[in-house]
Amino acid sequence: MPRARAIPVPQNLSALRSKLEAALAGRIPAPFVVRDRQLFETVSAGIAEIDFLTSGLPRGGLTEICGPVCAGRTSLLLSALASRTTTGEACALVDGCDAFDPHSAREAGVELKKLLWVRCRNLDHALRATDLLLQGGGFGMIALDLSDIFWKTIRHVPLNVWFRLRRAVENTPTILILLNRESQAKTCASLVLRLEAEPTCRIAVPEICGPGFFRHSVSCLFDGFEVRAERIRSRVQSVANAYGGHGAAPAIADGRASTFKTKALWSYFSRVGNDSSAR
Amino acid sequence: MAFAAIHVPDFMLQAVVRAEPDLHGRALVLIEGTPPLEIVVAASATATRAGIAPGMAKSQAEQFRGIEIRHRSSAQAHAQERSAHAALLDLGWSFSPRLEDVAPDTIVLDLAGLQVLYNSEGTIASELARRARGLGLSASIAIAAEIEPAIIAARSFSGIALIPAGQESERLGPLPVEALSPSAELLGTLERWGVRSCAALAALPVLDLSERLGQEGVRLQAMARGEIRRSLILAEPAGSFEEEMELDDAVAELEPLAFILGRLLDQLCARLNARSLAVQTIRLRFDLERSPEKNIRTLEEGSRQKPGASIYENNVTLPVPMRDSKMLLRLLRLKLQADPPSAAIKKVVIAADPAAPRSTQGGLFLAGFPDPEKWELMLARLGNLVGEANVGSPELMDTHLQGEFRMDRFEIVLKEAELARNGKSAAAQEPATALRVFRPPFAARVELREECPVRIAFCGARAEVIAASGPWRTSGNWWGDDVWQHDEWDIEIRCDSVSAGRSASGAREQNPAANSEASLRDGMYRIYFDGLRRSWFVRGVYD
Repeated sequence: MPRARAIPVPQNLSALRSKLEAALAGRIPAPFVVRDRQLFETVSAGIAEIDFLTSGLPRGGLTEICGPVCAGRTSLLLSALASRTTTGEACALVDGCDAFDPHSAREAGVELKKLLWVRCRNLDHALRATDLLLQGGGFGMIALDLSDIFWKTIRHVPLNVWFRLRRAVENTPTILILLNRESQAKTCASLVLRLEAEPTCRIAVPEICGPGFFRHSVSCLFDGFEVRAERIRSRVQSVANAYGGHGAAPAIADGRASTFKTKALWSYFSRVGNDSSAR
Repeated sequence: MAFAAIHVPDFMLQAVVRAEPDLHGRALVLIEGTPPLEIVVAASATATRAGIAPGMAKSQAEQFRGIEIRHRSSAQAHAQERSAHAALLDLGWSFSPRLEDVAPDTIVLDLAGLQVLYNSEGTIASELARRARGLGLSASIAIAAEIEPAIIAARSFSGIALIPAGQESERLGPLPVEALSPSAELLGTLERWGVRSCAALAALPVLDLSERLGQEGVRLQAMARGEIRRSLILAEPAGSFEEEMELDDAVAELEPLAFILGRLLDQLCARLNARSLAVQTIRLRFDLERSPEKNIRTLEEGSRQKPGASIYENNVTLPVPMRDSKMLLRLLRLKLQADPPSAAIKKVVIAADPAAPRSTQGGLFLAGFPDPEKWELMLARLGNLVGEANVGSPELMDTHLQGEFRMDRFEIVLKEAELARNGKSAAAQEPATALRVFRPPFAARVELREECPVRIAFCGARAEVIAASGPWRTSGNWWGDDVWQHDEWDIEIRCDSVSAGRSASGAREQNPAANSEASLRDGMYRIYFDGLRRSWFVRGVYD
């Protein structure tokens, strides 16, 4: 009867550890190093209130921005894209429903030459394009815009797809942003923000118009709207002194939410005009 | 001064084996002539060992088992020989710009100045032989102080032969007179005299030889003594690189075609590598098989299209020069998947426009960018997925018409000058309000009061306009066919819950392809009245 071959037992734990490391070399770089998943390098989202609320957008993590229509999701995305492209990074936008407006992007400060726009017509193409871009690497930010895709369709996306995307972006300097109506990535997201527009009148009606403003609608201007941002989930370690000593911190309602205001293009013009007249 | 002669023995056979590496080591026979008078013109070492010799009839050669027979006069064989000759020239130019194209199987290089780079002539010869192997050729190399002795030695000795200056006569002496390539008549005369070696010819008195054989005899003797001196007849380097393959059977599927493309790309990249160049543009050309069925069908349909276009062409321009054949093959596969040829392929031609390879990394402090070599491949994959027109960088048009843009190629090369400008840090600022556009815009019904919108209906639902700003009138192109005239409004709407529920399904009915969530909901919208079509449209929603 053949006898089982005796397995040599290492002398001590360190010998066993080094033996395992040698066996796993090339496949797993550091098998015994405890990786802190919450330690991300963060960069500015382009909006001071959001930066203060979230400590910035995490590189190597999935950030989900959700909210209803007209809640400022795209404005936040364009600010983030502008912030990255002005520092010279290449960014990609996977447009799930071909709703991106290059004119708005330019107004927001996005350098269009550094933006790769992938115009998709369905969810499958959008997810596959995002996967290809992540595998290709080298982008500072990749945004996947699924805002206009029917919510029932998105719900059918299996959770492993989001896990796959999170895994692909891990240990890379890329920021992956997912724009959505409802949060779908669940635990795969390192940061989840929910945006809602404040129920205020967004069109500035001059006082001279009075209640019958329709007669003078030509003198009314859309002036942007206020957005309330709530931090639903964050695994990003807070950088305590992100704004320490650099001016007043933006107002935060309860530590989990903040508001910011978007501005229409002509608001900048009027501000520039006021500044020049003040001089 | 020294010259190196490079000779490829059994050139015809080597050209075939270079194009079809599977034949390496096998019994290969080349035949020439018209049936039934086809004779063997070249046989590989294995075939010779088996008993086949040049001059044998094809029917005799076919008696041997396991013999591969190729017809030398076929277009395929000619293409293979042209390609092997081009590779041989590339090998020469990779060493020296002063090169003479002596024959399809022989070239001569001027080695002046190369001793600075290489220690000795032996090192140069070894390097030449190594690079020749890299191009799929097994060459004999000879280095001598003069051109003709180098050529004679390369054609007569196998491997590497180094002939020091002044020892030409001594080294060439044992060679047969045939090595000097005399005419048949002269060779017969010399044989009758019993002069069979170069040494014997060199020993003859010049005056007597001149009286009996004329100037040709004197020239042959000078060659045998290694005393002929002449200048190089310089060859012009070719500007483009081309590899081609004529197929015995037309190929209609991508997989076997990819196999052929891969082989040609390997050869092309090896040639470029030998010249320290890379590919900037690949030009693909296929000769297609004319399909009689398709021609008949086209004619029946009464189409004006030229029936059975017989040539397929496709160009691939790379963002940066590269010479990774595997990467190029993947790129070509994706291009062919997106734009396949209309018929089976009879002949494949790949040409490359050369360029200097990328010499720098781009800068240590440059921001992260996709790897340019992988970039084109990723772009092709994305183009394959969503359509080439849907991938790129948006470029705004110089017009007042809203929403006008064109897709430009996404450039990834960041210049140093741009770096300085981009060194600024991203400062947080007030965000601009973004517009999400509906493509195509939704048709809407708008109710006006005092020329101002008060109610709107689109996507099967209605809503009340609670604030409006406008109209912002724009028009243009009145001088052309594509004239436009828009009155734009920014409106804030509020819809009741029943309308909101209906609108989602309405949006999908209106634009089912989008499977979109875009529908009538409370919010800020941009609408416009098309003055020419007399209709209202919803351009987008502020978000």
